[in-house]
Amino acid sequence: MNSASRLDATFAALSDATRRAILARLASGEASVNELARPFSMSQPAISKHLKVLERAGLISRGRDAQRRLSRLDAKPLREASQWLAEYRQFWETSFQRLDGLLDELKTTAKKRKRRPNVLSR
Amino acid sequence: MFYPDSFQVSTPSDREIQVTRDFNAPRRLVFDAFTKPELIRRWLLGPPGWTMPVCEIDFNVGGTYRYVWRNEADGKEMGMGGVFREILALERVVATEKFDESWYPGEALDTTVFVERGEITKITITVLYESMEARDTARRSGMERGMAAGYNRLEELLETMQAGAAR
Repeated sequence: MNSASRLDATFAALSDATRRAILARLASGEASVNELARPFSMSQPAISKHLKVLERAGLISRGRDAQRRLSRLDAKPLREASQWLAEYRQFWETSFQRLDGLLDELKTTAKKRKRRPNVLSR
Repeated sequence: MFYPDSFQVSTPSDREIQVTRDFNAPRRLVFDAFTKPELIRRWLLGPPGWTMPVCEIDFNVGGTYRYVWRNEADGKEMGMGGVFREILALERVVATEKFDESWYPGEALDTTVFVERGEITKITITVLYESMEARDTARRSGMERGMAAGYNRLEELLETMQAGAAR
């Protein structure tokens, strides 16, 4: 997957409240499907579906042991998604801070122009 | 990174991203800074290290604009442009936007609104993304839908996760 479609997959996986709750639960340690299903009053197959989406998005990995199949959080795609959002914010805010300085300069110029009209009209 | 309180990024709907910010200057100056090429290329640069070698604007309804940014460290360039759809001097500018290497299908529509309150000018930039055909939606819209989740909830989730990890 290239980085754009990886981001797509991450954001799509994160668009669901249950899946976000599952990730939050996995942040405190790995868990079985059973353990994950309990707080959500959802069937195990329904939870398994969510786990498949999270696994495809690379957000979790699942153990091989068929009995337990422990799910484990993989934080890297989350970090990338968070970084992408942070960069979007940062692009605007660093630009806006520069604009603050430019506007101060323009205000000073406008004042000078008022004070000394004949200097600038020459 | 320090963000003033007035700086906000939000997602008012599934198809929009909105950025707002207050500036301590009269609206006339802020409007100029957003619409005159010689001023735009001095601030619309993002993180340090980028310049804007191309900034061309035909500021009329139906007129086009073209921006190209360049990373001076590695020479990488990023270009975008569009057409002005609506211009209401000092108040409102609507223009299409399309990046050369776009990560979303079609064009987006940018609306910038300038509101003066006392000494402060508040700007609101709303980017409205096109609706997409069902197939493309299924394939690509993860970004747009995810953005809504992203902006409003990703940070929340990360906080929860950090608290969980710290426990």
